Amino acid sequence: MKIAVCLKQVPSRDSVLRLNRAGTWIEEVDISYEINEPDTYALEEALMLKEKHGGEVVVCSLGPARTQQAIKEALAKGADRALHFDDPAFQGLDAWATARVLAQGLAKEEPDLVVTGLQSDDFGFAQTGVILAELLGLPHSTIIMEVQVTGRALKVKRELESGWFQWIEIPLPAVLTIQSGINKPRYATLKGIMAAKNKPIQRLGAADLGLDAAALVPRQKITRVYVPAKRAQTEFFAGTPKEIATKLVDKLKNEARVL
Amino acid sequence: MSVLVFAEHQDGKLTRAAWEAVAAGQQLAREEDDAVWAVILGRDISALANQLAQAELGGVLLAESPTLAEYTPDGYAAALQQVIEERQPRWVVFSHTYQVRDFAPKLAAALNRGLISDCLGYRKEGSSLIFIRQVFQGKFTADVEFTGDPPYLVSFQAAAFRQDAVAPGQASVTAVSTNVTPETIRTKPGPRFREARQAVDLSQAEIIVAVGRGIKAPENLELVKRLAEALGAEIGASRPICDSGWLPMDRQIGSSGQTVAPKLYVALGISGAIQHQVGMKGSRTVLAINKDREAPIFEIATYGVVGDLFEVVPALVEEIKKAKSG
Ligand SMILES: Cc1cc2nc3c(=O)[nH]c(=O)nc-3n(C[C@H](O)[C@H](O)[C@H](O)COP(=O)(O)OP(=O)(O)OC[C@H]3O[C@@H](n4cnc5c(N)ncnc54)[C@H](O)[C@@H]3O)c2cc1C
Ligand SMILES: Nc1ncnc2c1ncn2[C@@H]1O[C@H](COP(=O)(O)O)[C@@H](O)[C@H]1O
Repeated sequence: MKIAVCLKQVPSRDSVLRLNRAGTWIEEVDISYEINEPDTYALEEALMLKEKHGGEVVVCSLGPARTQQAIKEALAKGADRALHFDDPAFQGLDAWATARVLAQGLAKEEPDLVVTGLQSDDFGFAQTGVILAELLGLPHSTIIMEVQVTGRALKVKRELESGWFQWIEIPLPAVLTIQSGINKPRYATLKGIMAAKNKPIQRLGAADLGLDAAALVPRQKITRVYVPAKRAQTEFFAGTPKEIATKLVDKLKNEARVL
Repeated sequence: MSVLVFAEHQDGKLTRAAWEAVAAGQQLAREEDDAVWAVILGRDISALANQLAQAELGGVLLAESPTLAEYTPDGYAAALQQVIEERQPRWVVFSHTYQVRDFAPKLAAALNRGLISDCLGYRKEGSSLIFIRQVFQGKFTADVEFTGDPPYLVSFQAAAFRQDAVAPGQASVTAVSTNVTPETIRTKPGPRFREARQAVDLSQAEIIVAVGRGIKAPENLELVKRLAEALGAEIGASRPICDSGWLPMDRQIGSSGQTVAPKLYVALGISGAIQHQVGMKGSRTVLAINKDREAPIFEIATYGVVGDLFEVVPALVEEIKKAKSG
């Protein structure tokens, strides 16, 4: 089975994010990056399917040069090769245009299965995988918590709201968006890190894919990014831990009346 | 028609999300000074269409077909595409539910149009509408505009509009025919089910101490247990804690876990992403301890401590014990 994994590099959770001066996005210097969380689960699922059923795992990532770090991590964990979509024209794309680029690159690959994360931690569109399926003409299912292979089809467990689930039968080739918690993502081993050095990373720009600016006009654009207005009611407590604790206990006892 | 609202239903009932979408659509239509219609898809659902028609609407479009008996992304996207192309609304309004996440991006791509998803609301500036949505898991908010031609598809976050804001009325129901062949539908859905009955029911708990990724390592959960014991509380968790197996799934609070409304909810090292908030924002008092002043949990906290939980919680345990014994 040939499996493509779409993974995105996003600012790591521990980085302190600041807005850029124009207030149009975050300041991208001086922050660290990591693989988008659900995408690490998507990668693990692909690696496990390959171990069980054979085949190949191809990493697909769109982003600037720094994205190589995420790609190498995926290769170190066991992916076989990578497509890196990198072009100045790919900066700041919306979900539709991102999917357009990924679809263009993946069409030639003809994977049996494409897995993506269900949502990115930065934009949070929750759209790219589903749009990709439509552009590739493939069936899809989203928010997946288990994958079983049944011949040329899959049985997937789809998460629904409030602890409900549903099994879906879906023929291959197909696109799945993976939910966090589906498996236990592995760590890269030293051996894996060494092996990754020789794995091919193909860099693809707009021209290589036959895409021009007109093909990538976004459907939506962010005009401003800002800190959300805080509800003023929160009462904050400061001081030494003991001072804070004393004040809190007073509140919990006399105001909230839970002690 | 300027606005078309998608009405979701489940188990023979219109969902709260359906009414919230109607409320959003009605408000948008007022901006445009034009009509809002609702569309509902399924089989044998005329009763639901009649219920929808109790809202102030230009009309309800009822698309019934055996191929729409069960929700599938292929079936719903195909049917809605036909309705939208025929009726040409300027706006198509959804609630950002799991079902909408599953098909709306496909529908938008099939229409070759954009979808601004999971919006908190919108603002009018001159003649254009600016949609407001969270980015970076709620740390920041973004203003977003559509580019290109209508129809514009937009989905709103749960509770962004209130179902009790729906203006009542008396609309008529129009049956519309869609052509969705069985071959269109490539996936086969099974019945909805829940995992084996949950061992703990947190919905009845009076006090909950909930822990998030700020706890860093499973061995540190001991500290959380000590606070829970001192307070006589149940322990809850954010999703990543259960995903990593540090606590069982039935402790998870949020959109994919339990919904709780205790007298006191203590959030330790929880950022307060919307999917967590929807599960606990009915709590009477919320105490949040988080080292990040910008964490979204502080937007809904009654009491806040910006600090290190590993310093504050031990002191809090001591003071609670003193207060209880004194
Ligand atoms: C479809 C879907 C469904 C989901 N369902 C759920 C759900 O049901 N429940 C749920 O919880 N999530 C759910 N999520 C995930 C949700 O979006 C968030 O990713 C998750 O809630 C974050 O968990 P967290 O707050 O523990 O972690 P993080 O967001 O990583 O936050 C950790 C927090 O700890 C703080 N911290 C770190 N160290 C310390 C310290 N020493 N002292 C004090 N504070 C510290 C940090 O400042 C940070 O705010 C869902 C997501 C999706 C897309
Ligand atoms: N730039 C990108 N490169 C590779 N995959 C991406 C990219 N952007 C989004 N994806 C995939 O699409 C999923 C959903 O992203 P989004 O639609 O932005 O919420 C992510 O979890 C990734 O798997």
